Amino acid sequence: MEPLLEVKSVTKYFGGLAAVANIDLAIREGELVGLIGPNGAGKTTVFNLLTGVYVPNDGTICFAGRVINGAKPHRVAALGIARTFQNIRLFKTLSVLENVKVAANLRASSSFLASVFLPPSQQREDAVIERECMDLLDRLGLKDLADAPSVSLPYGLQRRLEIARALATKPRLLLLDEPGAGMNPHEKTELMDLIRQIRQDFGLTVLLIEHDMKLVMGICERVYVLDYGEIIAEGTPEEISRDPKVIAAYLGVGDE
Amino acid sequence: MIGWAVSRLVGVTVLLTALAFLSNALTESLETYYFLIIIQCGIAATLAVSLNLINGITGQFSIGHAGFYAVGAYVGAAWTMLWRPRLESTLPILSIGSPTGDILNLLIALALGSLAAALTGVVVGTPSLRLRGDYLAILTLGFGEVIRVVLLNIDAVGGARGLTGIPTLVSTGNLAFFWVALVLIAVTVLTRNLMRTTRGLTWLAVREDEMAADAMGVNTTRVKVTAFVIGSGFAGAAGVLYAHFFTGISPDIFGMDVSIMITTMVVLAGTGSVTGAIIAGIVLTALPEAFRFLKDYRMLIFSTTLIIIMLTRPQGILGHSELGFGSFFRLYRRLSGLRRTSSA
Repeated sequence: MEPLLEVKSVTKYFGGLAAVANIDLAIREGELVGLIGPNGAGKTTVFNLLTGVYVPNDGTICFAGRVINGAKPHRVAALGIARTFQNIRLFKTLSVLENVKVAANLRASSSFLASVFLPPSQQREDAVIERECMDLLDRLGLKDLADAPSVSLPYGLQRRLEIARALATKPRLLLLDEPGAGMNPHEKTELMDLIRQIRQDFGLTVLLIEHDMKLVMGICERVYVLDYGEIIAEGTPEEISRDPKVIAAYLGVGDE
Repeated sequence: MIGWAVSRLVGVTVLLTALAFLSNALTESLETYYFLIIIQCGIAATLAVSLNLINGITGQFSIGHAGFYAVGAYVGAAWTMLWRPRLESTLPILSIGSPTGDILNLLIALALGSLAAALTGVVVGTPSLRLRGDYLAILTLGFGEVIRVVLLNIDAVGGARGLTGIPTLVSTGNLAFFWVALVLIAVTVLTRNLMRTTRGLTWLAVREDEMAADAMGVNTTRVKVTAFVIGSGFAGAAGVLYAHFFTGISPDIFGMDVSIMITTMVVLAGTGSVTGAIIAGIVLTALPEAFRFLKDYRMLIFSTTLIIIMLTRPQGILGHSELGFGSFFRLYRRLSGLRRTSSA
């Protein structure tokens, strides 16, 4: 079966420096894959390439059978790739519900004129979107906070809202950029359950960047390891944790 | 659908009738001086609400709004003074002097003026909205000046003297207040209705975090250009009304100081607040008049007042919130609550 996401020898330069070089990734529908690597290895750059924030200098990115490099981020989102951000990027002054509604805009079909004159069709559409978004918030345990300003949420819930917002675009592939960053062990366990749950409920394929090895080893079926912009290893969490190159990248090599 | 259309139609008719009556009553009863101030306030509020769409709601800091205001004023005046007379002989319906002729020509001038300003918005907005923050501000400021200098050098519209003796189409049938209020209500209702929809939320999302909005499938470029074009279009309409009420326009009326004043209104209102923009537009236009007794110190006190407001309320008078009947109700409850606690 053809993979859902196929990245072939993608390279991105910033000035003369290759941030990522010759990256190959293949992710099948329904997989839960981790992307790990030391700080500055280029993990977020990979996400930015996948979502159209950066255009690769070389190589191709294929999603669901079509080449998407060069597509604008909003086009990529429409095609079914949603993401969260490493540094939380919620719409701060908007409420929890409104944050999710923004992401649901892809399903709003009415014209600009309709949003000015508000005919019944427009009102119905907005009501449907609102219901769907409330439903989504309910499933992520944020329903009671729907009207709270998103910035007022505690950190862990802000991360959760970022996931809810990404889900509201109805993605096929969900990219999570360090979803567990800054969380305590208890919150991380909850997060792992949540990721498993939404993957099952929404039939998602998930690619996640993470530093916490326990989290990665706990939920990922396959892991890619990135170091200095190159994939140095790929395999199951067990294989990866025994790979000498990965150990060297994380712990350094002795000088004997 | 039909029920909705009928109710909308009835609503609009009632509104138009009420406005026309009010307009007539105000014209008859008010001294000219106060009436002029009211018209100026209305035009200023329209400019503020239209800029609020760009600066406040979509978060693109533009400070060249007077440019679009000028385009509207000049194109509208050009219709009435230059183009219309040429068509008059073949199309007698375009003659002015009769109420219907005046209203028809004003509507054409409004359409042409706002369309021209909106088109200018496309031309300026499409390339410049790639820039952000300070860069966009500088570019729009420069654009405003370019418009002024271009007008200064077109002899057909009078160069530095400008156009004078524009027929007062706005005042025909005591309707001046009617037209000004109508355009203000149109831009206000457009903004408020838009903000009730999912589409409107995407505009706010662009202001809050452009990258995140893009990643959530919002076509940020289209949102920004749309906001810019609509905002410019309404500034153009305000320009047409100005030209056909005050009967004279020249490039220096649309200088940088006007742009800065409109931006001040939006910032003072609390960026994003529509009602705030209306209030700020009215207050900032009426205040210099109210301070007239201070003579030479007038603008000094005016600026000081602004500085004090910004120091005490940096988020603007209303912040992101709106003033409605609900807020009066809350204020009343809070005040009555206070009275109870103080008496206890």
